[in-house]
Amino acid sequence: MGLSGKDLLGLQFVPVEEIKLILNTAVPMKEIIKRQIKKVPTLRGRSVVTVFYEASTRTRVSFELAAKYLSADTVNIAAGTSSVSKGEGLKDTARTIAAMGADVVVLRHPMAGAADMLARTIGAPVINAGDGAHEHPSQALLDLFTVREKKGRLEGLKVAIIGDILHSRVARSDIWGFTKMGAEVRLSGPATLLPQETERMGAITCASIEEALTGADVINILRIQKERQQQGLFPGLREYSQLFGINKERLKLAAPDALVMHPGPMNRGVEIAPEVADGVQSVINEQVTNGVAVRMALLYLLTGGGNQHEITH
Amino acid sequence: MIKEKAQILDKEGIRRSLTRIAHEIIERNKGIDNLVLIGIRRRGAPLAERLAERIKEIEGCTTPVGILDITLYRDDLTTLAHQPLVRSTEIPFPVSGKKVILVDDVIFTGRTIRAALDAVMDLGRPKVIQLAVLVDRGHRELPIRSDYIGKNVPTSSKESVLVRLTEIDGEDKVVIFEPPG
Amino acid sequence: MKLLIKGGTVIDPAAGKVVEKDILLADGKIAETGTDLSAGGVEVLDAGGKLVAPGLIDMHVHLREPGFEAKETIFSGTRAAARGGFTTVACMPNTNPVADNAAIIAYIKDRARAKGAVNAFPIGAITRESKGEELAEMGDMKEAGAVAFSDDGMPVMNAGLLRRAMQYARMLGLTIISHCEDKNLSAGGAMHEGYMSTVLGLKGITSSAEDVMVARDILLAEETGCRLHIAHVSTAGSVRLIRAAKARGVKVTAEVTPHHFSLTAEAVAGYDTSTKVNPPLRTAADVAAVKEGLADGTIDVIATDHAPHTVEEKDVEYELAPFGLVGLETAVGLVWTELVATGALTPLQAITKLTINPASILGLSKGTLMTCADADITIIDPEISWTVEPAQFAGKGRNTPFTGRLLKGLPYATIVSGRIVMRDGIIK
Repeated sequence: MGLSGKDLLGLQFVPVEEIKLILNTAVPMKEIIKRQIKKVPTLRGRSVVTVFYEASTRTRVSFELAAKYLSADTVNIAAGTSSVSKGEGLKDTARTIAAMGADVVVLRHPMAGAADMLARTIGAPVINAGDGAHEHPSQALLDLFTVREKKGRLEGLKVAIIGDILHSRVARSDIWGFTKMGAEVRLSGPATLLPQETERMGAITCASIEEALTGADVINILRIQKERQQQGLFPGLREYSQLFGINKERLKLAAPDALVMHPGPMNRGVEIAPEVADGVQSVINEQVTNGVAVRMALLYLLTGGGNQHEITH
Repeated sequence: MIKEKAQILDKEGIRRSLTRIAHEIIERNKGIDNLVLIGIRRRGAPLAERLAERIKEIEGCTTPVGILDITLYRDDLTTLAHQPLVRSTEIPFPVSGKKVILVDDVIFTGRTIRAALDAVMDLGRPKVIQLAVLVDRGHRELPIRSDYIGKNVPTSSKESVLVRLTEIDGEDKVVIFEPPG
Repeated sequence: MKLLIKGGTVIDPAAGKVVEKDILLADGKIAETGTDLSAGGVEVLDAGGKLVAPGLIDMHVHLREPGFEAKETIFSGTRAAARGGFTTVACMPNTNPVADNAAIIAYIKDRARAKGAVNAFPIGAITRESKGEELAEMGDMKEAGAVAFSDDGMPVMNAGLLRRAMQYARMLGLTIISHCEDKNLSAGGAMHEGYMSTVLGLKGITSSAEDVMVARDILLAEETGCRLHIAHVSTAGSVRLIRAAKARGVKVTAEVTPHHFSLTAEAVAGYDTSTKVNPPLRTAADVAAVKEGLADGTIDVIATDHAPHTVEEKDVEYELAPFGLVGLETAVGLVWTELVATGALTPLQAITKLTINPASILGLSKGTLMTCADADITIIDPEISWTVEPAQFAGKGRNTPFTGRLLKGLPYATIVSGRIVMRDGIIK
């Protein structure tokens, strides 16, 4: 089997079987990353264009490395946010990319739906590397991969996502991904930063942070942005840290072997205490490595990979 | 349903071929020092395991066995509408300086072996690479030959060779068949 | 010049009757109605199997002229109206410059006379430039022909100012049309706040952004005695507030758009910017509530809020796209498919909300088939099924969320002042 869609825009509509295929394909990809010579010729002669309308070194480099390990050529288009606000940016960029003949396009954009729009405009596969508060599917896939690798399973696990759910594309993709794989997803954060009707997505909104953490197998801690305070959405970082920051004491509520995750970049001492970020339960660095493996799998599968095919000797 | 034209090897035939190849490997390499066996997925893998057993019976020492997945090295990826499932490569030892015996069930065009050579080279710098196959059916498209051959089987290009192994298929045999259409 | 409309089922909301009869038009007026009328040598329009109604009135459109002629003009917008079966439209003042003085009102009236395919009546701004700071010269505008006052999409946030505007409008005997939206509650929102905004990651506009302003405006109308018309009701809360206000005698009327009774926020999935409209598409419960409001008379009018934009303006990221969709050419099909065919409204109720009710709110002597009334008539084929194809629109806008939708019921002919301006989709 392969992936049924041309693009990866979100996990909402990706069937469970295809999520499993991506995770399974990422296993041999991770083995390649651990080699001395981190390169296979699979995508030689193909081009992967990364288009980033928001600065995100971590995600961009992860995709670029994934492409390079598979021998694809990579080009980055760093589009300024000023051109986005004019409303010309994406459409023009789409035309340019189509003319250049990119084989895969990776898009990061501050507005929800931008990846859908690009995917409708161009023929090449589009990977959504985060669009506004909509989805960030490759991040959720690396979260799934990391948890499955550490726990041996996803089904039946209790996953707590803590923080600014309202503005988080990672939270949305994680909710779809973990619930599809049979995990229980619990949400907790300031009431003003919780979106409406998340229960219809299959998540449980908890009345308190304690309720969310108790017995959790995975704690995914979201970054809280100072900008939200300026928008009047919560009173301040100091209070946030008191009410929702994950410290050693709060961590004790979770299962003893609970994994601590964070999509990065972290505000140490705000949403996560340094001793938790660097503690034995933290798999935050592992997430970064796994991100490359998962993105290699995505690049391979979206260029047509995954069909079981007996080889001719 | 495919039509079998002829059975080339039965269970005993496969066993005898592998025993002979094991002897030849030991002889050619003057022992098993520095020797490693790497089976090419899928059916090269159990064959490599079986060769290792034979070698142990003869020499009394264990030879390391690895499994190589060459999917990411195939030269036909860009021409296929769908690409094959990637499985893992499991070579739990360094290959640099080693005498590597690549093991596969059938050699035909030589393209799989070309891919396997690239894959092994990416893992390190072996001293030498040799090739062992159960069946050589001719029709090479690349300047590649096998060092150890279970059986040479002249075939027409329309025919195909099917190797079935107990570990994967529940039985041991090699047949020639003609695919329908 | 005479025209005889024969054999149709005549719906006359002023008389509250649906009867088979013929109508003779002469010199731009309705000359005679009755059975088996005949007149030698006049043009005969066969309306057999069709519905004959007073010319439809859309009291909420954006013709975009002057200032935004790339989106629409009085020429193109009135042709869209004719094709949609409307003989009269009232156009909102958010032009450039804003229709906030007598000169612009007079200009729009002149252009409508010169270029319009149907009647167009301007609505004047409540405040200068619709900035919500100072009252516009409403008296002058009434003299020049303004039929109502509204700041539409720039609602007057200052309650004190709106109160004075209502006192003034009451003195002039005209209606204030209120687009009810608390900008502090809706700020930055792109769609209804609920499950779909959560899933799509778009900032939501909560229902209360509308409800609190409906409540405020009703209280001010109650106090001032001004006639208040609530534009494009979209929430169950608004319907409840208006129903209660009417029950205690407040002079409040209300309208709903075809898209608000046909679609929910689910339509936004896929980020089609033609679903971006203000107020936003709401929930199934809200749709049910507005339909109930239509049925029980809480909502008096069906109006389109026809808001054309260029393809380039809409072909951008959802957040950046302007609000609005075109409605003139799909309204009758949606009313018949969603309301009449489903039994939510009788044909007479539907026609009432498209003719005499808006006429009386705007103070127009239209919307009736009485003898000597203006010979504005719309003939509707209620049985024909058709597919919405924006490429065939007479208007400039293509921004409709109904592309490809199969509808039942289509205007067959539009007659303005006794003259056929549209027949079978062709504008004359």
